[in-house]
This record gives sequence, structure tokens and C-alpha cells, in this order.
Amino acid sequence: MAQNEYAVRLEHVTKTFGPVVANKDVSLGVRRGEILALLGENGSGKTTLMNMIAGIYFPDEGEIYVGDKAATIRSPRDALDLGIGMIHQHFKLVDVFSATENIALSMGSGEKFDLKKVHDKARAICEKYEFALDLDQKVYEMSVSQKQTLEIVKVLYRGADILILDEPTAVLTPQETEKLFSVIRNMKADGKAVIIITHKLHEVLSISDRVAILRKGEYVGDIATKDADEAKLTEMMVGEKVELNIERPEPVNPVKRLDIEHLTVRSAEGITVLDDASFPVYGGEILGIAGISGNGQKELLEAIAGLQPAESGASIEYYAPDAAAPVQLVGKSPKAIREAGIHLSFVPEDRLGMGLVGSMGMTDNMMLKSYGKGHSPIVDRKAPLALAETIKKELGVVTPDLNTPVSRLSGGNVQKVLVGRELAADPIVLMTAYAVRGLDINTSYTIYHLLNEQKKRGVAVIYVGEDLDVLLELCDRIVVLCGGKVNGILDGRKTTKEEVGLRMTNLVKEEQA
Amino acid sequence: MSQTATAAREPLLRIAKREGTTMPQKIAVRAIAILLALVVDALFIFFVTGLNPLSVYGVMWSGTFANMTRFSWMLRDLSTLLCVGIALAPAFKMRFWNCGGEGQILIGGLTAALIMVYQGNNLPLPLLFAAMALGSIAAGALWGFIPAWFKSRWNTNETLFTLMMNYVATSIVACMTNIMRGQASSLGTLNKATKAGWFPVIMGQRYTINIIVVIVLTFVMYAYLRFSKQGYEISVVGESENTARYAGINVRRVTVRTMLISGAICGLCGFLIVAGKDQTISTASANGRGFTAIIVAWLAKFNTFYMALISFLLVFLERGASEIASAYSLNEYAADIITGIILFFILGSEFFINYRVIPRGAHKEGK
Amino acid sequence: MHSSLIAWIMRAIPFGTIIMYGALGETVTEKSGNLNLGVPGIMYLGGFAGFASAWAYENSAANPNGFVSILIALSCAILASMAGGLIYAFLTISLRANQNVTGLALTTFGMGVANFFGVFILNGASYSAAPIANKAFSAKIPVLSGLGDIGQVVFSYGFLVYAAILLAVVLHWFLTRTRAGLNLRAVGENPATADAAGINVTLYKYLSTCIGAGICGIGGLYYVLDYNQGIWATTGQIEALGWLAVALVIFTTWKPLNAIWGAYLFGMLYWLYQFLPSLLGITMASHITDLVQMLPYVVTIIVLIVVSMRKKKENQPPAHLGLAYFREER
Repeated sequence: MAQNEYAVRLEHVTKTFGPVVANKDVSLGVRRGEILALLGENGSGKTTLMNMIAGIYFPDEGEIYVGDKAATIRSPRDALDLGIGMIHQHFKLVDVFSATENIALSMGSGEKFDLKKVHDKARAICEKYEFALDLDQKVYEMSVSQKQTLEIVKVLYRGADILILDEPTAVLTPQETEKLFSVIRNMKADGKAVIIITHKLHEVLSISDRVAILRKGEYVGDIATKDADEAKLTEMMVGEKVELNIERPEPVNPVKRLDIEHLTVRSAEGITVLDDASFPVYGGEILGIAGISGNGQKELLEAIAGLQPAESGASIEYYAPDAAAPVQLVGKSPKAIREAGIHLSFVPEDRLGMGLVGSMGMTDNMMLKSYGKGHSPIVDRKAPLALAETIKKELGVVTPDLNTPVSRLSGGNVQKVLVGRELAADPIVLMTAYAVRGLDINTSYTIYHLLNEQKKRGVAVIYVGEDLDVLLELCDRIVVLCGGKVNGILDGRKTTKEEVGLRMTNLVKEEQA
Repeated sequence: MSQTATAAREPLLRIAKREGTTMPQKIAVRAIAILLALVVDALFIFFVTGLNPLSVYGVMWSGTFANMTRFSWMLRDLSTLLCVGIALAPAFKMRFWNCGGEGQILIGGLTAALIMVYQGNNLPLPLLFAAMALGSIAAGALWGFIPAWFKSRWNTNETLFTLMMNYVATSIVACMTNIMRGQASSLGTLNKATKAGWFPVIMGQRYTINIIVVIVLTFVMYAYLRFSKQGYEISVVGESENTARYAGINVRRVTVRTMLISGAICGLCGFLIVAGKDQTISTASANGRGFTAIIVAWLAKFNTFYMALISFLLVFLERGASEIASAYSLNEYAADIITGIILFFILGSEFFINYRVIPRGAHKEGK
Repeated sequence: MHSSLIAWIMRAIPFGTIIMYGALGETVTEKSGNLNLGVPGIMYLGGFAGFASAWAYENSAANPNGFVSILIALSCAILASMAGGLIYAFLTISLRANQNVTGLALTTFGMGVANFFGVFILNGASYSAAPIANKAFSAKIPVLSGLGDIGQVVFSYGFLVYAAILLAVVLHWFLTRTRAGLNLRAVGENPATADAAGINVTLYKYLSTCIGAGICGIGGLYYVLDYNQGIWATTGQIEALGWLAVALVIFTTWKPLNAIWGAYLFGMLYWLYQFLPSLLGITMASHITDLVQMLPYVVTIIVLIVVSMRKKKENQPPAHLGLAYFREER
């Protein structure tokens, strides 16, 4: 009887952020002793929905039931008191605290405050689940997987009845993932309810009992895992069969544009994020970069753009269409690259935090890279205004006014503004990072189309992506990054999803293609 | 439906971001804030002094508008405060918390005073003014440069750094005035006999030049921030350093350059105070304007014309309060109380421009 | 030389006590992520309220008594400064106004209130308007203070000097050993994390801002009723002391125990100009003494720079200092 009861249930929940509807009339629940996988594309509203259970957001409409009682979850405190624990995608840890202190933060108010006891109890948990965690270490000295482990220990320490995990495996190795899954299965056996958000279908199939699917903020339906397979899940997720039908013209006369040799980049904390990467980039092709996020993609692009210093011994040579000798890009600032006449366009991952100025309108954003042209101390707003008008018309940007701050526009329109500007700069090399993240299908196709246009013009396009189906249909060659290393360069027409997926998670030692 | 049940257990008040507040709405919110503040001030006046608030406000009004002299004093004070605000605007627009206006004014004023005293009889007048202006600009710029350099190099906290620099400047001014006054008990008016280094009286006023300079600065700074390439860089750096780096802007250089400008104008303000207003220098020459101007610049969102309006409001209150003080034999500190209350209300009113409060039970259609 | 050293220390310790209260209060406030630049204003409020209540008591009670006077002055000082803190808290936490600007406005307001009413009470006189309170606050420890040099240097101050040391120790214990202290630090470091851990961020911010302000206010009270011999002076000295307290917070790298020796060191540096000549047996021109007064500030600047260069995580300001927190921010 108890096995079939819902531990937590959402009824007709709606949440909006300004003009954006994140969740619309969603109803779903998870039973005790059940692992529910929540599946959906990026931006389908999974995290927002879970944040409402965890008390981070309050629903605009609808009800949340815990057990059979309607619950008002005003704050994370309320959620914790109801036995709801959530592991957020972005770690909720205090950097200058030790692991023990972080665990102590979330302990219940009934417990006596004694750091030593917390330490001992946490150590017992670590030993039980075989976690290797130094409980006296400060969080700022920890690696991402250590932080993830700490988050899990925190929840175990509190002993939540309802556990929500938001993409917990994104930064874990396969072994660590397996360990996490065995912990989750143990919790299930204890009669706890678990909701896990993940993009990895094989994980969904291996861990969950039931899968619930969200699409564009709406609840599509659920399916018992035993009746599901990858094709079926993807179909429910995308809404139609994954025949993406992205156009892929044959590369015409590819010429080498970039030659990357021994590129190593360290983060500000001194961790090697990109490790001795070497590969060429050709004009007239789309080069895909595949990898679990955080495996050096960002650093690779930023190093080429002159935004990240490379370690010594690295070389990035640029071959201009008209000049014979290559130009070394390592050690050049973005401005120096531009002044050397190199047309390098870059659509960064963080659109409003890097690619655009959120508080400025379209016009002012158009001149972000070109405002310095000419010797006049006055900025020329005529050309940017004309460009903004062109982009608005050609890409169908929806904005009340060219001076409306771009941060007020929807995600798709923001990306159109950014891509439009970068394409207008007449690139020879075009780099894009997660160019379609959070965009609707139509806008995504518009972006694919624009990239193909550039490819046909002979531009060298680098496409960092997360959706393997897109990478396999759009790209000519795919560089797979794993642990910051180049783990194979594959032919986009011949390789398979399995091959790419495998190389994303397991380092292949022998052949470096 | 379960709507009513939901409403009953919602939090009492919820807060959500407000999108697209229109200009009339913004003006209305601020006008209400100032009105409320005036009501609170009136209550304060009534309960403390038992005077009729309306007649007190009438006296305040006359503090600025009673006659030409009062009005020109108001203009003199307005121009000084506005000048500091103009100086701070580029730094704050860059999100560089320059709390060191006070020190930058003092050090600029001191340099002008030193040149005035020790070169007043040697240099021909135009050259003397040029030396005083350049010297004070350079000194103020130096005072802005030091914290900016450390900020750009090691990200040293500029709020606290600039704050401390104020007191370093105060000590130096105390030291130098001590030397200049010699055996006298106070420094007094400089170059009293020769009037060397005093701004000439134009249209019956000594501070006409101050007013003209500040008017020019108001337009120039507006144009600089709005139309120049450097102004554009300041906006980008203030919004996001990452975006600035992406755009190829040298953040360090912009930081240092902007603070040089900010410090330089503060220094120039010191020159205007010494040559055009006080004809002397003391540790109290800046008189807290470096701080008040922060509030002016912030509330005006760095638009120099709005800054003129807010400066007017504050100076009007200050002059009005001192008018009350002498009319009802109170003391001048009433001005600080009245100003403080008005600032609290204006600061608080920003919230209602950026956010909306949703009371329990109301749904989003209901405002 | 010996006697001037003792005189120097006896000057430095009361001076340090004023700013120690200010710094301890501001530390509590800043630990929650609120940078309150209203410290000078709050110290004015505390000093004034303590002074005014003691004055009122002495002038209305038939038989004014020192102990009662202490109780009244202390509670009025704390309440008035907490009220100042509450204004700041409401504007910055609930209405999300900019912290620096609000703090500066509070400084203006506090100075105005204190001086406006202070002048009323004094009515032109420059004598101690609260002699009984002054006596009670500055009473030395009996017997011990008579024990030669040690007695003079260690035991010859009013009780608030020792209370400040005790307070610093208690705050250290509070911040490092108690749940509420851990929670408070989490709020200042990473409010989103604290929130997710079920800590009431708003409540912590309000409480720490108000309690911190209350502690700052004791500094103002000590200045007026002990250090300044019960005289209300409208000079800007409390303001300068308030900023020095803000500087001391940086100097201590947000650690209350450091405030004890840091405050006395600042006191020694501040009074250096008066005692250095006799210690070294030289005469110093008065303009040099003006210059020496900048030392505490210069030392703070140097500490600020060194801390930023070394980038040691434990010595940094609370990571979320100066920023407002809004849970639904995306």
C-alpha cells in the first residue's frame, strides 16, 4: 500500500519569469521506493520545476503535495523540514568552509551543535559508501568530483526521504557515477523517493524505474523504464522522431586555417583544464567539439580567441587566405588579433555575461567589437544602427525597440543578436559554444542553417555542442575531448553515437587519430 | 478549484522583478518618495520644535529664493557639489567605488593653495591660474591613480582603499596648513593683500567662474559618457569585465584611466573651492561633499543633468535648513537630518521601480 | 622616558577601545555580507543617546545613582544605534538599496540627529553635562589600579575597556564554535547556499546588522561618557573614529580576536605624535605631528594591499560582501 503512495506530487504547477514561461500546468509525482528520471532538453524547465519542490522558487499557480497533504514550501527550510533534499547542479557549498562545516550547515535544528560529532557521523557515512573524502579539507581546495561527493554526503547526513539530484553525473567519471548509482539504489531499497535529472539516456535506462518527460516547460507524459528504449525516450523528449534532417553539404576544397599544437591551458586555480590538445581546423568545414561539459571546451575556444593564456610550448597558427606565412595567435590579446586583420568570430557560451552587454540595446551591442575603429574619439552609431536594423529584419529578432536592453529579450532573440553580429564581421574562422542551448527548434534550425551558409562561404566553423545527434548530423569532423585531452578525431559521416559517447567518457590510449 | 486553498497558504508577500517600468511611472514613484519624506520631515519639525511645518518650509524656500545673494550662494554650493558628482560619475559607472572624493578634493585644493601662496607674487596672473589648475588636477589624479592601480593589479578593495586615502590627504593638508600659517593660530584667507590667485569678480560675483566651469563640465561629461569611445568602454567594463575582455578592452587600462579622470576632476574642484569660493584651505574644505556626491551620482544613474537636479534638491535643503536655524535659533545640523530622511526615501523608492510586491492571494494579473 | 611610555599606553588603550567596539560591531555586520558604511553615524547615535539619557536621568532623578545611570545610558545607546542599524537593514535587505550609498546616507543622518539634539542639551555650555555617569563609566578597578605601573597600565580604566576584550573573545567563540555563528558566516559567504541549507538569510542579515550596530553604538557611548569625560562635543571626531573602526575591520581580516591588539596598536599609532618626541628625547615640529596622524590609515592601506596580493582565502572579506540577495534571481 505504502509503496504505491506518492511521496511528493505536483498538481497543475505553473511558473513564469517575466515573459518566459518556465513551467506550464505540470502535474507529476514520485512514489516511495521509486527512482523517477526527469528527462527533457536543455531549457525544458526541469530544474525550475525541481527548485519549486526544494523551496528555491514559489509556484505562480498550482499545488505541491507531500504525502497526501498539500504543502506550502516557502523556503528551502520548509523543504528540508518536509524531508526533501536536493543536490543542485551548481554546488551549494561555502568555499572557505571545510567539508565538515558544510555538512554542519545543513543539519537539523534538533541536533546538538558539535562539529566533532558531525565529523564522526560524516566519516561513518563515507566509510559505509566508500567515499574518499577528506572531511577537514576546505572546499576551495577540492576538485569538482570531490565537491559532488560532499553534496551527496550532505544529503545522506540529513537523511532526506525525498531526494532530488540535478545532473549529478555531469562531472563524474564512469566509476564515480556507478558508485553514486549504487548509493541511489540503496536509498530506494530503504523506501526513499528519488528524482534524478540527467541528459544521458543510458543512465536513465540503467537507474530509473519510471521516466517523466518535459518539453518546453510542459509535461509530456511518463513511461515505465522497462518499456522504454533510447529511441522512444528521445522521441518523447523531442516530440518527433530524431530525424533532424540537418543539411550537411560536402566540404568544398578545404584549406587549413588553424593549426593547433600542444595547447595546454590551466585554470586560475592552477588545474590543467585543457591538456596538450593538437588538431588542425579547415576552412569550408564544420568541426564539432564533443565532450561532457567542463572538459576543456570553453578554455579551448577562449585560448584561440586570446582570452586565456596558454602554457608555454603551445602554438596556434593562423593561415590567412591571402598570406603565405602563418600568424601565431598564442600571446595575442583579442585586440591584437583583431588589429592583425584576423577575422575571428566567437559566439561564447555565456551570451549575456560575455558576448553581449545586457543593459545595452541592440545598436550599442553591435559595436562591441568595432567601436574602436577610426581615429575619432566619438563613437559612430550610424553603422551599428544600420546593422542592428538589418539583423532584426533578416533574423526576425523580436524586440520592442533597438534600444531595449538585450537582457530583456528572450533567449532565442538574444542569441540571434549575438550570432548576427558575429556573422556580420565577415569571419574567416567562426567559433560557437553551445550555440543552440536553450533555444526552440525553429531558432536552432535557423542557427544550423546560418552555420552551413558560412561553411559554404569557405569559413572554418568550430561548433562546440552537447547534443550528439546534432553533432553527428551537422559536423564534418568531430574532436572528442575527455578530461581535457583530445580523445580522438572522428569523421562525422562515418562515426556513430556510441563511438562518440564512449570516447567522451573513456580515454582511449593507443590511437590518436 | 483549489485556488483559494493555495492563496491561503502562500507567503504573505512575494517579490518579483518588474519588467519595463515606464518613464511616467518612475517619475511618479520618486515624486511620491520625496513627498513622503517631506511629510516625515514636517512631522519631525513639528514634534521637535512645535513650529508650524508649512511656515518652516516657507522659511526654507526663502533660504534659496529670498534674494539674489541667497540665490547665488545656492548656485555656488550647487556647482561645487555637482562638480564632485561629475567627477565621481565615470568611476561609479565603471562600478569602481570611489569613496575618496573627499581626499582627492583636499589634495587638489592644497596644491592650488600652495602654488597660490608660494608663487602668487612671482607668476603673471594667467600663468598662475594655469599652474594652480594643472597642479590641482595632477594631484587629484594621483590620488585617484593609486587605488586604481592596485585595484587593476591585485583587485585590492577600492571602497576601503579610497576611504583610507581621504585621511592620508587630511593629514597632509593639516601638516601643510600648519607650515603655511607659521605662528598664527589659523591660516585665514590666503593672499589677502594681493588677492593673487583669487578668481576675479564677474557680474558682481566671485564664483561666476566656478559656475561656468561646472556648467561646461556638465555638458562635457554627459557627452563623454554618452558619445565617446572611452565612455562606451566604461559602460562595458561596468556591466561585465568578461564582456570587456571579450570585446578586447584592456580592463586595467580603462580602470586606471577612468580613475585618473575622476581624481583629476575632484582635484580641479579643489582648485575651484580654493580660488573661487573659500580663498583658503583647511581639512574641512571638502566638507563631506565627496560622500554626498556619491549619493548624487548614484541616484542620478550617472546622468549629469539629473545630477544637477538632485544636487539642487540637496543644496536647497541645506540652505533652507540653515535659514531655519537662524530664523528659529535652532542649529544647522537640522539640515543633515532632513537630508538623511529624504535620501532614505529616495533610496528606498528604487525598489518599487525594479520590483513588484505581490500580496497574498493576488495573481499576477492583479499588478 | 619610562613614564611617558606608560602615559602613551594609557592613552592608547581607551582610544583603542572606542574603535574596537566599532570594529567588532562592523565585523558582525559584515559577516552577514552587509558592508555598512554608516558606522560613524551609528556611533554618533549611540554616543548621543547614551549621553542624553544619562543627562536626563541626572537632571530629573532626585538621587541619581551611578549604577542606574550606567544601565540607562547603555541600554539607550544600544537601542538607538540598533534603530540606526534597522533603517539600514530595511533599506538594503528588504528594499535592496545599494549598501554603500545607504550607509553614507545613514552617516549623514546619524551625525545630524546626534549633533542637532546634542547642541540642544548643551545649550552652549562646554562642561560635563553628565558628571555622575562619567564618574560611573570611568571608575577604575579598586585596589588593583593602585599596584604601581602594572596597576596603571592594566587596571586603571572604566569597565567598558574590559568588556570590549571580553566581547571580542565571545564573538570569536560565537563565530567559530556555534551553529548560529557558522550559519552567519555562510550567509555572508554564499547566501544561496545558506538559503538552500534552510538558513533564514533575511533574518540573519537583519539580526547581525542590528546587533552589530548596537555594538558600534557602545563605542560612541564610551567615547562621550568616558573618553571625552562626559562632554558632548560637536567636533567631527566621532566621524573620524568611525572610519578608523571600518579600517580596523580590514586590518583584523574580519577576525574579532585580532581586533584586541589591532585596536590598541591603532591607539598607539594614533598617539605616537604626542609621545614619540619625549620617548626619543627630541622635539618634533607640530606639522610633523599632523603628518604622523595618518599612520593608522597608512598601515590599513598596507594591510589591504598585502592581503589582496597574497590572496589567502581565509583573509578575504566575506565573498558576498556588499551584494543584495534575491532568491529568485536568475
